[in-house]
Amino acid sequence: MTARIERPLSPHLQTYRMTLTMALSVIHRATGIALYFGTLLLAWWLIAAASGPGAYAHVQAFTGSIIGKLIVFGYTWALLHHLVSGIRYFFWDLGYGFKANEREALTWGALIAGISLTVLVWIIAYTVGGGR
Amino acid sequence: MSRPSSMRTPLGRVRNLGSSHSGTTDFWRQRLTAVAMTLLIVPVIVIVLMLIGRNQAGAAQILGSLPIAIILVLFIIASAWHMKIGMQIIIEDYVHNETLKLASVMANNFFCIAVALASIYAIVKLSSGV
Repeated sequence: MTARIERPLSPHLQTYRMTLTMALSVIHRATGIALYFGTLLLAWWLIAAASGPGAYAHVQAFTGSIIGKLIVFGYTWALLHHLVSGIRYFFWDLGYGFKANEREALTWGALIAGISLTVLVWIIAYTVGGGR
Repeated sequence: MSRPSSMRTPLGRVRNLGSSHSGTTDFWRQRLTAVAMTLLIVPVIVIVLMLIGRNQAGAAQILGSLPIAIILVLFIIASAWHMKIGMQIIIEDYVHNETLKLASVMANNFFCIAVALASIYAIVKLSSGV
């Protein structure tokens, strides 16, 4: 390792006023981390389905419990929010949506769409799954 | 000071460092896998909704069908790759101790490969009906 050279630092985060796009950037990363560890749940579910009725019943007992339902609901929101929030980055990667009102609209859109889609998926889940 | 013959700085030259010419590989793959998952998300959600409330026999039958198995395997590969890159970026952002960083990046690779292979193996097993 070469010796560190003292260079001027960029201002720290607390220097800036918190904005919506900043908050959503943090949430994008946080939901990504949640989804990362949430894949363990998906892997467990698939392995249980391949293992047999006993193992699958364990998964169903967990996903049917209050804590299990909360985790799966949170996972659904994290997945759908990360998806629509990620679609914003496609716009920006392609060079669109950088004006102040455009980036605010995209960010509010992602926030609202993520919540709406989560509620929609759960309504469909209860409508379809309740009959079985 | 003599006229520079290349874009390399003198300091960069003596340290023997320079572009590895692969700087955008992860950036590109992160977008590639993101687009793949954006296309696959609707069928994947439909598959999960089809499985709600079914017992193991019913779930195994659905998961073992060829188009469903293929869609899920594609989604697993894209997501494992995407999350491997994403977590590595986070590690490189926040872990500054060189040894800890190497260990974390390695653990990240192991985790993503293990989760992906275990999930894919389960689907292949369901498809072969053994």
